[in-house]
Amino acid sequence: MSAREDILDRIKAALRDAPATPDIPRNYRLATDKTAGQRLEQLVDRLVDYKANVFVVPAAEVPAKLAELLAGSAKIVVPHGLPREWLSGLPGKDDAGSPAVEVDSPERRLTVAELDAVDAVVTGAAVAVSETGTIMLDGSPSQGRRIISLVPDRHICVLRADDVVEVLPEAVARLDATAPQTWISGPSATSDIELERVEGVHGPRTLDVVILT
Amino acid sequence: MSGTFLGMPALPVYGHGNLNATEPFPKAAHRELGNAQLRANLGHATRTIRDKRLHVVSELPDWEDMRDAGSAIKNATMANLPALLEQFEANFTARGGIIHWARDAQEANQVVTELIQATGETEVVKVKSMATQEIGLNEYLQEQGIAAFETDLAELIVQLDRDLPSHILVPAIHKNRSQIREIFLREMEDVDPELTNEPARLAEAARRHLRRKFLTAKVAVSGANFGLADTGTLAVVESEGNGRMCLTLPETLITVMGIEKLLPSWRDLEVFMQLLPRSSTGERMNPYTSLWTGTTPGDGPQNVHLVLLDNGRTAALADELGRTALNCIRCSACMNVCPVYERTGGHAYGSTYPGPIGAILSPLMTGIKSEENNSLPYASSLCGACFDACPVKINIPEILVHLRGVDVDSQRSKVKVPSQMDLMMKGAEWAFSDGAHLNLLEKGLPVGRLAAGRDKVIKKLPGLAGKWTQSRDIPAPPGQSFRQWWAKEHGAADGVEPSVGDQQSEGKQSEGEQA
Repeated sequence: MSAREDILDRIKAALRDAPATPDIPRNYRLATDKTAGQRLEQLVDRLVDYKANVFVVPAAEVPAKLAELLAGSAKIVVPHGLPREWLSGLPGKDDAGSPAVEVDSPERRLTVAELDAVDAVVTGAAVAVSETGTIMLDGSPSQGRRIISLVPDRHICVLRADDVVEVLPEAVARLDATAPQTWISGPSATSDIELERVEGVHGPRTLDVVILT
Repeated sequence: MSGTFLGMPALPVYGHGNLNATEPFPKAAHRELGNAQLRANLGHATRTIRDKRLHVVSELPDWEDMRDAGSAIKNATMANLPALLEQFEANFTARGGIIHWARDAQEANQVVTELIQATGETEVVKVKSMATQEIGLNEYLQEQGIAAFETDLAELIVQLDRDLPSHILVPAIHKNRSQIREIFLREMEDVDPELTNEPARLAEAARRHLRRKFLTAKVAVSGANFGLADTGTLAVVESEGNGRMCLTLPETLITVMGIEKLLPSWRDLEVFMQLLPRSSTGERMNPYTSLWTGTTPGDGPQNVHLVLLDNGRTAALADELGRTALNCIRCSACMNVCPVYERTGGHAYGSTYPGPIGAILSPLMTGIKSEENNSLPYASSLCGACFDACPVKINIPEILVHLRGVDVDSQRSKVKVPSQMDLMMKGAEWAFSDGAHLNLLEKGLPVGRLAAGRDKVIKKLPGLAGKWTQSRDIPAPPGQSFRQWWAKEHGAADGVEPSVGDQQSEGKQSEGEQA
């Protein structure tokens, strides 16, 4: 008998008393009536608590904000679906000190070594949960492959205020389960030494969140 | 229902590997209790994490509703496990993943080894995983010439020190920063000799140590926190990014997951991703969660395997009262509130699963008759704090008592000569059966005062009772019993006969006469 059949038979034997399947009481909060402003305020509070840098800016000011944040980066990477206008504030190619922008796409996937040489990555986000301070990336074109938001030392994530929900069930309902997802709550951190939180271990050590209103 | 039901094995098949303790709990606990450094480290850590957890749990108005949902979802999972496993398998496979089944630790180790050998690699990076700890995968791989590198900071500390984890979530909870610094200086190549014991500096040293491994690894081994049946999705919950590194960079990913880790639907994740981080690290959310469903072209490993592990889980499932132990999501809230764990640490439990949950899960998986694990259900004061803390409401005290009963029953069939405990119980039966008997015994109280000596403390009792005095003193008994005092204070004048026992025995006698 195969291990599969064996194990399934063992389980059926173990359940010979035929335990009842309980109804699932979903009395927990599935949504709330917080206003958009309150959600935004809560999200900022949580992200700052996680030691992320947060900037709330009107849509028109995103290019300038990104240019400011990227001023010290020699090499950056973006996913192919990132709105191009967000990068329009970067100095032109002829200007001295302009960062080299690498685009990671299905046609041209950057290698691990190439990504390791990059200073910063700019991505979008699918949805964010204010109560837990969590940003979800789902691999869609504005967010790219999981690896690009992992290997560079700095992750700049641009989030639309419209995509901020309050509680986790609202976000789960918006996401496609089968998409490769990364949920991020602050930068990489560890509490393994005497439970003292240290930011920055293996993932990006700096997380900047630009929230576009 | 199905025809295959008939020839089914009636006896449960127990698990093996690192589930078994090598010595009984009382012996191991006695040794660990003598380690003052361990107690200090543990006391600090468990206190910190308890306070954090209480704070973030109290923030949520619907915490109890979430616990109710979590408990019901897990009970529903267990009740429908065969169908859910088949559903998960179909969905995971449809998206390019490959599923393997393993009856026990040995089989799981073999499957993983063969998968690694097929890639031609001799090194793998590992995400912290209880399942691979349980089956002793690292040791097995080493015997086959494959080096497995733990990448979680705490697991790395433990691995470098050739020690064992002592906590589900914070495996190096028993070590403080100075001890960790010493381990790094001794075991890490290229470590900065000026390394201080600041946690930030130590974490940085670990980053440098592992970075090249991550960027060049071709094969990774992981566990999984959840498997979602209706979509075939797997989830890994972590903090440092070492999990993301292992789950996305290599070409081949091999995940080992216990069959009980399933949730029926994608939606159920919304409950467990609220219950788990708050219960385990006391955070509103862990820094990183990775979710994958089979393979995704161009994103992450393209050679994706999952080993579904039994290793005694079906034996636990067969115990109608004990099966809820399988609802455990390995948050470790129970050990952080346990007065026994806080003092003995995780090593005393012997098994991979320490603390209150380990005290029920390990013997359920190995069988209570297994020589060493039969002491685990007694590793508790039954205070119930673990039940209160459990996010999926596992009634650990009730299962502990149930397993003690199973143990006593199994001992009874073995023991021929009455034990000291049997004799003491017989004596107690006699003493409490009749007031006159008790009265007679109470006359002996002053003898205890003699035994106590001038400091009025009894330090050592003989026989079975001596176990109590191994770690405690007993105050000397009073010079008289309550009943003697009452008789002296109130006498016969109050109309209350000094010896109630005497009256009762008279009454008894008259009953006897009537009969």
